[in-house]
Amino acid sequence: MKIRVRGLSRTFVAQGRETPALLDVDLEVAAHEFVCLLGPSGCGKSTLLNIVAGFLRPTAGEVRVDERPVTGPGADRGVVFQEYVLFPWLTVVGNVEFGLRLKGAPAAERRGIVARYLELVGLAAHAEKYPVQLSGGMKQRVAIARALANSPEIILMDEPFGALDAQTREVLQDELGRIQRVEHKTVLFVTHSIREAVYLADRVIVMTSAPGRIKQVFTIKLPEVRDRFAPEFTHYESEITRVVKEEVAKVHE
Amino acid sequence: MFLSSVPEMMEWGLRGASRSRRDALRWRLASLAVFLALWSVAGGLVELTKPFNPLFLPAPWVVIGALLDLARKGQLWVHVAATLERVAVGFSAGAVLALALGLLAGQVRAVRNVVEPVVELLRPIPPLAMLPLFIVWVGIGEGSKVGFITYATFFPMFVTTVHGVAQIDGRLLRAAQSLGARPRHLFFRVILPAALPDVLTGLRLGVALSFFVIVISEFVGAENGLGYLINDGRNFFLVPQMLGAALLLGLLGYAGNGLVRVLERRVLRWQHPR
Ligand SMILES: Nc1ncnc2c1ncn2[C@@H]1O[C@H](COP(=O)(O)OP(=O)(O)OP(=O)(O)O)[C@@H](O)[C@H]1O
Ligand SMILES: [Mg+2]
Repeated sequence: MKIRVRGLSRTFVAQGRETPALLDVDLEVAAHEFVCLLGPSGCGKSTLLNIVAGFLRPTAGEVRVDERPVTGPGADRGVVFQEYVLFPWLTVVGNVEFGLRLKGAPAAERRGIVARYLELVGLAAHAEKYPVQLSGGMKQRVAIARALANSPEIILMDEPFGALDAQTREVLQDELGRIQRVEHKTVLFVTHSIREAVYLADRVIVMTSAPGRIKQVFTIKLPEVRDRFAPEFTHYESEITRVVKEEVAKVHE
Repeated sequence: MFLSSVPEMMEWGLRGASRSRRDALRWRLASLAVFLALWSVAGGLVELTKPFNPLFLPAPWVVIGALLDLARKGQLWVHVAATLERVAVGFSAGAVLALALGLLAGQVRAVRNVVEPVVELLRPIPPLAMLPLFIVWVGIGEGSKVGFITYATFFPMFVTTVHGVAQIDGRLLRAAQSLGARPRHLFFRVILPAALPDVLTGLRLGVALSFFVIVISEFVGAENGLGYLINDGRNFFLVPQMLGAALLLGLLGYAGNGLVRVLERRVLRWQHPR
């Protein structure tokens, strides 16, 4: 297993009270697998992702990557945030080659890799722009290219398309699907969109309302290139919607 | 400058600055011209009708004449250089101290907890109130003048630097760490560039404050410097010399500010790229 999450719990102390955000979560992600996490708001999806990324420590349990325990963030796990976290003082190129520079990759090699990933996300024409000059969709493409250019085996994404309009969002889903067919990363992807999950994932994991546990796992047996209007696609969609709705309803009880 | 639309850009390309920008420049120059004209008229009238001793309100040409006179005698440059040297040394020392301590305090909470209360205690004291103390401690020579500038400029530069480091978006640090950044990388590649806008604001405040406090410390026991010229003018009733030195100080401060602004525009191009 590429990622192995075992007995993971996390408690936050808010206003002097301990509130569990995650409770005894077990999860395994195989190499090259694309796994989507779904669940009601506040159920601990980001918490889980942040623990895998190494930003947060679990209260109990552990995360292993390639059987080694995670102790902090590292270049083996690329992260794409919801709010396009780019370095505003660097150009598009500067952002994409950030990790390569840290590794001390020679300029010629960097240039080749950066060009390749900017091409892949369709931003070759904007290489010298600064983040303030980019639209939200373009920024998120840069963030994806930056994560990929560093060639991590794992990519963690927390609602990466959550702040985009519906059209841009579908375009980026198409791009990400296409990229994944080339790159074969191990991906853990948090989303609120069931359509997005069914469109991209090999497996969809639905979490319970807080404290988050794993409620149900769906293996999506659809062809690599998916049609959002195929009957099988909508079948998965409605099936998962039903399960998610049960949990969302609990939040409002 | 913002060129947000194609027509604006074309106008810029064809005719230089946009209408509003050139208009603004025109108004500024006109305002200066009117001020100089009023001053000249007032000075001229006083000289002609002598309602009081014309020495009190010398016309612009008298002031400039006094400066040229000093320049001819080779004294002007000595005074300007003395002031500039004190400002340069005092300000640089203040900047180095403030940046070093500010960058450290901004990152290490323990350091911040130790340094900040002291700074917050001293900061509200007007620096000028401390000048006599400096003279008592360091004596009346160069040391107290330079040290005083260092002391006064330290505060704004320290505070803005700490703020610049403390306000850094934690997600930038996380993003860098996930790309493989170690602590030393974080400092040079994230913290420093992210804090730079605030640091530069601090430098600008520091430059302005340098010229503010140097005058006063040159009033006391100095043999040269523009502040000395002003005080000397007061003792010997040389109003044109007083005004001339004050004007020069204004110009130097303006130039210092402009220098930092140029630097800002250079290194912060990412904030307003074209
Ligand atoms: N730093 C923190 N301090 C205190 N409580 C926190 C912290 N981070 C998260 N929590 C709490 O943990 C719970 C889970 O939060 P989390 O952000 O993981 O939810 P989520 O599933 O990502 O929600 P959303 O879908 O809205 O992003 C919430 O109740 C939240 O209030
Ligand atoms: Mg979240």
